[in-house]
Amino acid sequence: MKRFRILTVAMLLALPLSPAWAADGLNSGDTAWMIVSTALVMMMTPAGLALFYGGMSRYKNLLNTLAMTFVAYCLTSVIWVLWGYSLAFGPDVGGIIGGLDFLFLSGITPASLEGTIPTNVFALFQMTFACITVALVLGSIVDRMKFASWIVFTVLWVTFIYTPIAHWVWGKGWMATMGALDYAGGTVVHINAGVAGLVLSLVLGKRIGYGKEAMFPSSIALTALGAALLWFGWFGFNAGSALAADGIAGSAFLVTNTSAAAAALAWMFTEWSVTKKPTVLGIASGVVAGLVAITPAAGFVGVGASIGIGIAAGGLGFFSVSTLKHKLGYDDSLDAFGVHGMCGTLGALATGLFADPAVNAAGTGLFFGNPKQLLVQIISILATAAFTAIGTLVLVYVTKALTGGLRVGEENEIMGLDGTVHGERAFDLE
Amino acid sequence: MLKKIEAIIKPFKLDDVKEALNEIGIQGMTVTEVKGYGRQKGHKEVYRGAEYVVDFIPKIKLEIVVDAGRVEQVVTKIRESAYTGKIGDGKIFVLEVEQAVRVRTGETGIDAV
Repeated sequence: MKRFRILTVAMLLALPLSPAWAADGLNSGDTAWMIVSTALVMMMTPAGLALFYGGMSRYKNLLNTLAMTFVAYCLTSVIWVLWGYSLAFGPDVGGIIGGLDFLFLSGITPASLEGTIPTNVFALFQMTFACITVALVLGSIVDRMKFASWIVFTVLWVTFIYTPIAHWVWGKGWMATMGALDYAGGTVVHINAGVAGLVLSLVLGKRIGYGKEAMFPSSIALTALGAALLWFGWFGFNAGSALAADGIAGSAFLVTNTSAAAAALAWMFTEWSVTKKPTVLGIASGVVAGLVAITPAAGFVGVGASIGIGIAAGGLGFFSVSTLKHKLGYDDSLDAFGVHGMCGTLGALATGLFADPAVNAAGTGLFFGNPKQLLVQIISILATAAFTAIGTLVLVYVTKALTGGLRVGEENEIMGLDGTVHGERAFDLE
Repeated sequence: MLKKIEAIIKPFKLDDVKEALNEIGIQGMTVTEVKGYGRQKGHKEVYRGAEYVVDFIPKIKLEIVVDAGRVEQVVTKIRESAYTGKIGDGKIFVLEVEQAVRVRTGETGIDAV
């Protein structure tokens, strides 16, 4: 014990001499928090989203939904270290894309730093975002897409759609230069995934029997558990996007929780008054809607704004999935567009309104005297939606050509994909 | 003369009906979980605004075979004990039974039930 104390004193004396403690050096508090955050965001895909979506898909397609989520995570994990990270975070090429300097993560050593954390941790943290973004797209097309087509689509989409947009916003690309505020992924993750899902579902067409036969969720209990895991993981997503264990991370943490709770209540009460039942699916969906909407705003807005953003997201999400979808007539199976696309857009706009320089000096919104910010947000929303809509459409047709069609056979679709694709059943219920 | 009484009732009323019939000395019955619909129609479930109508509602079917002289008493007891006053309380049918045989002893007719 005494020897330990002497050692500690000796280390403290040596501190000012150590290069690791220079202003931009490694900070062990930040590093520890970012490793935890990365693990939290990781959990959101194969646990949170898989159960959230799996529970909403029909009993005969539950395992197929889980398999597609897992495989999206695994493929993106590999793509990211091979070329994804370099395309998103390599040295900027014309504001459009990252250079190829970090292919295979070359040149990145355990000593390399990004800010105050190891570059390896930063790369892995960013990877978990790429993983969940492509997995979110899945919500629009469960119950009917070929497994092989999903695999090919995932590889192409992460490479050609996700990495450029991530570069524009977080990799010192043109949106960052323009001053667009997207704290943790309103445009990069949610608008991107929502619009891509909408495009994919429009090309794939409706499920057999859509609008005519009942399509019951396999288990609302799994969906509720998935929503809770997403909520838990989202603290890493938003508070982790500070890339530091600091006051802004704490503020993002607080507003994330507040918005999720307010949105869940707003969705529940809206549904209760409109369709007369406060459903568990509605509460769980509201949680996700609130988390989505606060994502771009998390590190910029105060707690008052987060309540307003949450309430608006709960109402908008309910309106999107219960009214807008049926009016427009597309079959977005699990509402990737209705929840992520719509509430992501709401959040990106709200950031332009409510960004408070007292919370974060990096962002000032319209209500704090910077009307230009709203315009910048609108441009970033439109550019993201347009790029992902057109790019995804091209990739969908490339995928279709490569895999000989996108859709499972009619008989397999009716029999269910758990049995016909995977040879398994999710439940043994006879 | 034997008669069979088939009663379709609300599942949660089964215990009340069984107790009521025990009180008047009815010693046996067969119970089946069934699904169906009548004037009550189905019910709606709404998932994210998508309405699905569930046509078939779970019900319980009771089958009781008694002497023809007791039919009225049994039917009245079932009606009283299964009654809620709301649509969907069920129906009672009375059928002729040609013969009854107790498997263990071979007794027939009223002795078998």
